[in-house]
Amino acid sequence: MAEPLLGGMAQTAADRSEPILRCGNTNCGGCGMSIVHQFLGRAAGDRPVQLVIPTCCAIVAAGPFPWSSYGAPVVATTFASGASVATALAWAAKLNGEKTRVICFAGDGGTFDIGMATVSGAAERNEDILYLCYDNEIYGNTGGQRSSATPRGAATTTTPTGNELAKKDIVGIMAAHRIPYVATVSLAHPDDALRKMRDALDMEGFRFLHVLSPCPTGWKSEPGDGVELIRLAVKSGLYPIYEVFGGRRFVINVEPEMTPGALENYHAKQGRFRKAGIDLSRVREAIADEWDYLRARAAQGAARNA
Amino acid sequence: MSRELVSANHAAGWAVILAGRANRRGRGFGSGVYPITPQTECIELLCAHEIEKGQVVRVESEHSAMGVCIGFSTAGLRSFTASSSNGLAYMTENVFAAGYSRLPIVMMAVNRTVGPPWNIWADHGDTLALRDAGWIQFYCEDNQEVGDTTLLAFRLAEDKRVMLPAMVCQDAFILSHTMTPTEIPEQEAVDRFLPPLDLPHRIGAHPRVIGHLDMPHETEAHRAQHAEAMTSVEAVYSEIQESFESHFGRRPPDPIVPYRMEDAEIVLVTMGTTAATARRAVDAAREKGIRAGALRVRLFRPFPAAAIERALRGRRVGVVDRDCSPGSGGILWSEVCSAAPSATLIQNYMIGVGGGDIRPHHITRILDDLGARERAGTPVFMEIG
Ligand code: SF4
Repeated sequence: MAEPLLGGMAQTAADRSEPILRCGNTNCGGCGMSIVHQFLGRAAGDRPVQLVIPTCCAIVAAGPFPWSSYGAPVVATTFASGASVATALAWAAKLNGEKTRVICFAGDGGTFDIGMATVSGAAERNEDILYLCYDNEIYGNTGGQRSSATPRGAATTTTPTGNELAKKDIVGIMAAHRIPYVATVSLAHPDDALRKMRDALDMEGFRFLHVLSPCPTGWKSEPGDGVELIRLAVKSGLYPIYEVFGGRRFVINVEPEMTPGALENYHAKQGRFRKAGIDLSRVREAIADEWDYLRARAAQGAARNA
Repeated sequence: MSRELVSANHAAGWAVILAGRANRRGRGFGSGVYPITPQTECIELLCAHEIEKGQVVRVESEHSAMGVCIGFSTAGLRSFTASSSNGLAYMTENVFAAGYSRLPIVMMAVNRTVGPPWNIWADHGDTLALRDAGWIQFYCEDNQEVGDTTLLAFRLAEDKRVMLPAMVCQDAFILSHTMTPTEIPEQEAVDRFLPPLDLPHRIGAHPRVIGHLDMPHETEAHRAQHAEAMTSVEAVYSEIQESFESHFGRRPPDPIVPYRMEDAEIVLVTMGTTAATARRAVDAAREKGIRAGALRVRLFRPFPAAAIERALRGRRVGVVDRDCSPGSGGILWSEVCSAAPSATLIQNYMIGVGGGDIRPHHITRILDDLGARERAGTPVFMEIG
């Protein structure tokens, strides 16, 4: 599968003429969220979009009044209100016969934690929203505190000796809402990522994309390593790349190579795992368990389809 | 115009349905709703009626109800929700967000005690806690006023000189669940009275950020603009009173409503339904030769300080609060103190806090106490048994 050049993508004729996130924004160098925006710009093409961004690094990226680093209309909302505000924008477009696609662009704090009830409500109502969660596994905007997306073993400012709790299964939670589409997106697999973003933009109803988003500042990793880290996460099986249709049909999109050393490398390249002295055998067990579950679900889906 | 027997919840609900339909000529109507006693009948009515080019979203919390209203309003649609008590407390963050974003959302709030201890009866503390959220606040005395104020609140909020959200408050059960004959206007008259909303800062197709970061000096400038918009509310409101009267044949009350004030020596200041009881007690006092009067504060934000200052000159004042700010006293009292002429004797009486029934003889006790006073003391709780 083709991989992005230079750890990102250059602006081409295929992209939205105005990038969604312009140059000169305040994101840290190597921020995965910047790459997500590049992908989204290419996927959106000339579709009219409106972004709803609850409190997170992505709204800091907009810069202060009266400037905007965004090349698209953006509504900044209170932390837990991304999905409720987006609900209304989607209805407003529909009532007025506008083709606008409403994208809620939120971090893990606004999705897994404080916004959970709002996201669940909008999903349950099957609002016509593309909800994209860029997950840096930390409260990045406030300087790196634990969220329920933080993996076990990661040191954060509120878990200085390493997080003892397992990461919340947000994809499972969203799939359980039986919404039209849920998918995980790898920044190291641009063809798959762009296909999913395009599909999700065109579908009706609530669509949820989860993107593991490298955060050099919080992960204590090299800014240039972001895409490589995601590649390692996928290769090692730690970040399964799959999609779920209607909450029932599971499709695995990238078979993990389970490359020897990938898991070790993924952890070794990030300072956040060094402190706790992570027990990789436990991580391997969790990965095996997750893949057993996913394969069983995917097999069920295939059987039902046959 | 039809005369119907309705509760204040339904009077507000009908006003919203009519105002919502009136914006079919604009970008439509949208609402996020969530139930809480005692406002639920209002949103039930809204959910039971078709609104052309309108959508009511049944959300999962008050916080999201206001979130949805913020979204609709930002997209240029007329928007409304209703809440009460702890629901308002839960919604608070987004109440501030709507205020500071200058979104002309209208909210009907039924004043109910904030718990714990859990109590569903009338107390003004829930909305008074939101007095600094940048919203216009009206406190109503009867069902007709609730309906009329809800309707005109859209026109006031959406006026380009104002562009602020508005809260229409009414007392739990005393109004919310009590049916009285109420005039419900015709759609055509509402269409004429209420022009389509044209939100200057609505989100469209152009790249811009609504609600982004601000540096301190810019926030200060934005707050100053907000405060200035508040100062234009009274003048715009008086134009709307005229217009309302010419369209519907009745005049909505002034920001402050005096009763037998001309030669009054002692005056009771009230809000909400307590005003009707105060009038009865004033009449009784007058029969005994006491020169009593009453003043109802209908508009609380912006606070009509100049009018109150004029009205209270040379009087002895009792402020009757159906709320308590622990550590201070009645909230209306502290506001009246800031507006009244210096050296005015102002005594605070907190009564009916938590919804106890305020009866004429309670108000008479207040008048007796006030009449006998040489100077004001600390705020007092009046037990009503
Ligand atoms: S803290 Fe992390 S997520 Fe936030 S801008 Fe920096 S790199 Fe990106």
